[in-house]
Amino acid sequence: MTMQQEREGLVEMSWDPITRIVGSLGIYTKIDWKQKQVVECYSTSSVFRGYSIFMKGKDPRDAHFITSRICGICGDNHATCSVYAQNQAYGVQPPHLGEWIVNLGEAAEYMFDHNIFQENLVGVDYCERMVRETNPGVWEKAKNTPAPGAAQHGYKTIAEIMTSLNPLEGEFYREALQVSRTTREMFCLMEGRHVHPSTLYPGGVGTVATVQLFTDYLSRLMRYVEFMKRVVPMHDDLFDFFYEALPGYEEVGRRRVLLGCWGALNDPDHCDFSYERMSDWGRKMFVTPGIVVDGKLVTNDLVKINLGIRILLGSSYYDDWQGEQVFVHRDPLGNPVDVRHPWNQHTLPKPQKRDFDGAYSWVMSPRWFDGADHLALDTGGGPIARLWSTALSGLVDIGYVRATGHSVIINLPKTLTKPEVSFEWKIPRWSNALERNRARTYFQAYAAAVALHACEKALGEVRAGRTQTWEPFTVPKDVNSVGFTEAVRGVLSHHMVIRDGKIANYHPYPPTPWNGSVRDRYGTPGPYEDAVQNTPIFEENTQENFKGIDIMRAVRSFDPCLPCGVHMYTGDGNVLRKLHTPHAFASGAA
Amino acid sequence: MGATQSAGAAVEEKPIHILWINAGLSCDGDSVSLTAATQPSIEEIALGGLPGLPKIAVHWPLIDFECGPEQGADTFIEWFHRADRGELEPFVLIIEGSIPNEAIKEEGYWAAFGNNPATGQPMTTSEWLDRLAPKALAVVATGTCATYGGIHAMEGNPTGAMGVPDYLGWDWRSKADIPIVCVPGCPVQPDNMAETLTYLLYQAAGQAPMIPLDDKLRPQWLFGMTVHEGCDRGGFYEQGQFAKAYGTPECIVKIGCWGPVVKCNVPKRGWINGVGGCPNVGGICIACTMPGFPDKFMPFMDEPPGAHVSANGSGMYGAMIRRLRNITAKTVDKEPKWRHRGPELTTGYRR
Repeated sequence: MTMQQEREGLVEMSWDPITRIVGSLGIYTKIDWKQKQVVECYSTSSVFRGYSIFMKGKDPRDAHFITSRICGICGDNHATCSVYAQNQAYGVQPPHLGEWIVNLGEAAEYMFDHNIFQENLVGVDYCERMVRETNPGVWEKAKNTPAPGAAQHGYKTIAEIMTSLNPLEGEFYREALQVSRTTREMFCLMEGRHVHPSTLYPGGVGTVATVQLFTDYLSRLMRYVEFMKRVVPMHDDLFDFFYEALPGYEEVGRRRVLLGCWGALNDPDHCDFSYERMSDWGRKMFVTPGIVVDGKLVTNDLVKINLGIRILLGSSYYDDWQGEQVFVHRDPLGNPVDVRHPWNQHTLPKPQKRDFDGAYSWVMSPRWFDGADHLALDTGGGPIARLWSTALSGLVDIGYVRATGHSVIINLPKTLTKPEVSFEWKIPRWSNALERNRARTYFQAYAAAVALHACEKALGEVRAGRTQTWEPFTVPKDVNSVGFTEAVRGVLSHHMVIRDGKIANYHPYPPTPWNGSVRDRYGTPGPYEDAVQNTPIFEENTQENFKGIDIMRAVRSFDPCLPCGVHMYTGDGNVLRKLHTPHAFASGAA
Repeated sequence: MGATQSAGAAVEEKPIHILWINAGLSCDGDSVSLTAATQPSIEEIALGGLPGLPKIAVHWPLIDFECGPEQGADTFIEWFHRADRGELEPFVLIIEGSIPNEAIKEEGYWAAFGNNPATGQPMTTSEWLDRLAPKALAVVATGTCATYGGIHAMEGNPTGAMGVPDYLGWDWRSKADIPIVCVPGCPVQPDNMAETLTYLLYQAAGQAPMIPLDDKLRPQWLFGMTVHEGCDRGGFYEQGQFAKAYGTPECIVKIGCWGPVVKCNVPKRGWINGVGGCPNVGGICIACTMPGFPDKFMPFMDEPPGAHVSANGSGMYGAMIRRLRNITAKTVDKEPKWRHRGPELTTGYRR
């Protein structure tokens, strides 16, 4: 959309804090009520904690215990990423069994976290109660629309699916909540505690690997596999119905395909954690790293990905670090490292009034520099980027999952009451709210399938008598390193600099700083902002009863995980004073 | 959850509102943890699945149905403004995350929750505490950040973070004369939180006496024993068998476990539905429930200073005990001799 003039009829609407996400997110918008479209959006985070500051001078071996506490739903992803960075720094390769145990724990985290978010948080946006209150017409249609996958999932109509998703009262809502617990039991078998693990260490794990450990895990896993055989077709039916019931719904939360995935679940046969070989072992991950722009794979090379990361300011509550100490001039391969790279970042907080013309969030603006542009990559909440990247690279082939170059095939074995099933996730036409959500369901099945592989491999180690799970190491005096994985919601990197045996610099970049980033110094808005801007409004309510469900669906499709808020402005009457920022309209709506 | 749920036969009973502020310096891990509880589960608490639980209305950011805009319908934050205006009676206030010191800077905020209608600027979490604590039936601090400061109050932190008792005062009491209730843990153990909440609801309904708390404001029945006292590796300690590497079943006190001095029930209760934990499953206890966490226990992977002396003592004593036990163990590892085939009965039976 081109620059909007000072339009009459822009209404300001804000949601702060947004519920059914993790953390505090505010969304502030302006809506053109006559055109039924969001014209401007700002996302803001309301909490600052300062990890990069208080980690300085600490023992590097404490890094994963501390950084786990960054996130209360995927803290283990942080602990894992930190352990990866430490393994690289200390030059230690854990025993294969230790790595399979980490993979099983992380796979369980994906199975748990995507499940609870999809069914108990996002799912509520598509439940009977919500649809009746926002789009009575759609509810009427749903009652008369048979569900194509009824034979697989048991719900005869789309309306039955929606009813089952009602909070607490809905039968499927409660079942999914219970599944979120058994998957967390699986997690705790491998990593001890959810969400801050007790058994992860650099060099491996403290988990005692016996046959029983894997029996306990596998029994629960197979029940989950059976569950997913119902859930995949159920969500396909639900999301397909929205396209059909509300023509044009593909525009909700749609943005340009600008996806990043840093890869997940290492193959112990190939991964030695060294930076020098990172390009090779990165391509052996069971989720392939990659940057996808306009549907094309730009790179799947972790070294290239690493060197392209830039942290920009522009609308965040920090002072610039230009002129501060540069820790890393060249990476271990001799490539130059930019001053705006996380290895060289300094975090200089400067609390100030929130001003949508100036600084308005504690979130910075991570970007990926492709040599010409600073791309505002998003993760789409994780799964869509992971599946897209894995599909395009076509490298994964372990029987249970296979990447084809244009799709990902997931083969699930026979379970208690259901036969073998194959699902195929195909690259979608859009990067939008519904496809982000659909990918989440498919990735739950993907994670279960990789877990089946990892469980066989781990049990193979135990049966062969190789039960060691941890390898000793020493901490070098001066070194820098990086860990890459996928947090549940997408890309995760931990950059560490050790000087004199202590942490000199540590900068974690989880998915939400990417997705929830703010307008950078070039005026480029962050992904939430970008995806909400131009989102059409399909809600049938008047302004007084307005819930903003379409906007909430757009935001929640990214699986936000931060303490922050989104504020929105809708059109018609309200005069916008301080928050009305014409220059932001111009850059934001381009 | 937003919905008002009825428990039992009480009709038109006024609900107890539960206001949950997750906007301290937190990770939301305590909210997530509560969804894992099974004893009881959140749906059992909300829908009145236990006998005699009062009717409640929960206003909890993590799973609340309500999420309308400030300018439209179903605004979530409005419940908190209503409580502030004295329109929500009675309510229990739950705080998650440590309280940053907003007095150390000139403007802006470290942590905020919604907006202050008067200024249009974010309303700080400490201001919410100032406004709501005097009106609350009880204030509950969930997780070690809210109870004692935790990770975000580590040495060198820029925000001056502290726990709720540090902020309100350790002697603070609610208008119902209830001290701040602290449920530490990083994150809080799911059932510990669900159970404490249940206790308070029974107390509010007049069915339970004052919640018994220790001098650090913890429920006594949950935090009265140490990790070591409940640890299934304690036997290895007694026998002087100490792991030198992670991943083996012996006692891990020499590779970083603080269990002997840490008040926590996790090795007994497990982490979720009895599964998982810390030293019981191979994870060193890093003392995440303790007021001194984390600084007094770092570097985590080194042997705690006190463990050296006591573990050496147990090493000598334990070696002797183990030899004696081996003798007995061999005896009891065999069946008695009268269990055999053949025409003779040798059990000692006499007619």
